[in-house]
Amino acid sequence: MSDMDMEDDGSGIVKKFMFLNRKAPHGTVYALEGLEVVLITAAFDQDVSLVFTDDGVYQLMKGIDTKGIEVKDFSKTYRALEGYDIEKLYVDRSSMEARGLTEDDLIVDVTVMSDDEMKSLMAEQDVVISF
Amino acid sequence: MLHIVNKSASERSSLDSCLKLAIKGSAVLLIEDAVYAVTKGNTAAAKIQAAQADLKIYALGPDLAARGMAGRVLDGVNVVDYGGFVDLVAEHSNCQSWL
Amino acid sequence: MQFGILINEGPYNHEASDSAYLFARTAIEKGHTVPRVFFYHDGVNNSTRMAEPPQDDRNVTQRWSKLAEEHGIDLVVCVAAALRRGVKDELLAPGFRISGLGQLVEMGIQYDRLVTFGD
Repeated sequence: MSDMDMEDDGSGIVKKFMFLNRKAPHGTVYALEGLEVVLITAAFDQDVSLVFTDDGVYQLMKGIDTKGIEVKDFSKTYRALEGYDIEKLYVDRSSMEARGLTEDDLIVDVTVMSDDEMKSLMAEQDVVISF
Repeated sequence: MLHIVNKSASERSSLDSCLKLAIKGSAVLLIEDAVYAVTKGNTAAAKIQAAQADLKIYALGPDLAARGMAGRVLDGVNVVDYGGFVDLVAEHSNCQSWL
Repeated sequence: MQFGILINEGPYNHEASDSAYLFARTAIEKGHTVPRVFFYHDGVNNSTRMAEPPQDDRNVTQRWSKLAEEHGIDLVVCVAAALRRGVKDELLAPGFRISGLGQLVEMGIQYDRLVTFGD
């Protein structure tokens, strides 16, 4: 059975789903397995936002090379999200600045938000899945 | 929105991040190791007290008791049992866990 | 109200499964329903029937099986996370079944609330 064969649940309900990514890649599995949930969600025609905050912003770094640690490099999958109509990727400026990062360091286009903008985005979600 | 924080503020930055991004009027429920933050003398106590201006702070009683902290809770923090936890989730149209 | 629960961590290592269990049981006692609990990441390790914890402490897996049986809860273990961790059908305790991530997304769409318990 393939997860990708699933279709939408047929109810016609569209909810705002937010996936909250706060952890760096590779030190734990959450970035990889979180991304797998996002890909499945694409088949359900929901209003999907991905938020990368705290160490989650590190998931989007350019120049990732996992050969030395001999684990799968899934970083290019973030670029494939657009092809699944998952285009709302948000990072907060304060998390980027605290890590010396700018948008140029990231592998995909994102919307950079202030804390106030991020607060409002989170408050308006119907479903938040945290990893 | 109901925000649920479960890690100790001295172990992880989840509480800080939650307090930074919880919109005014939200509720924040501390469970598991996060409950230490609402105890007198904890380094997070000042942050909690400041947050109470905009947020309603709750802590899960059974987790406080399990850690010997039931008698040390900061003023103004609402201690709830699992029934109260369920009610908080039901009463808020959305909830977010800070892991 | 219908509550969905997502559990991201395995038994004993983290309190997540315990917190989720007490939440589910209490929600049901208060008249709500918990139609499904979804186990992801190391949460799939809650499902194995081979666990033999000491007798004087809770049996995390068995109490999920019991609650599921008493209240018709669908305990779903993510197939991708399970395969990664060697959890297969023949290992599952009563009440657990292996299925796809779509079952988690459906919970978000169809239920009134979805609560995540993790690390």
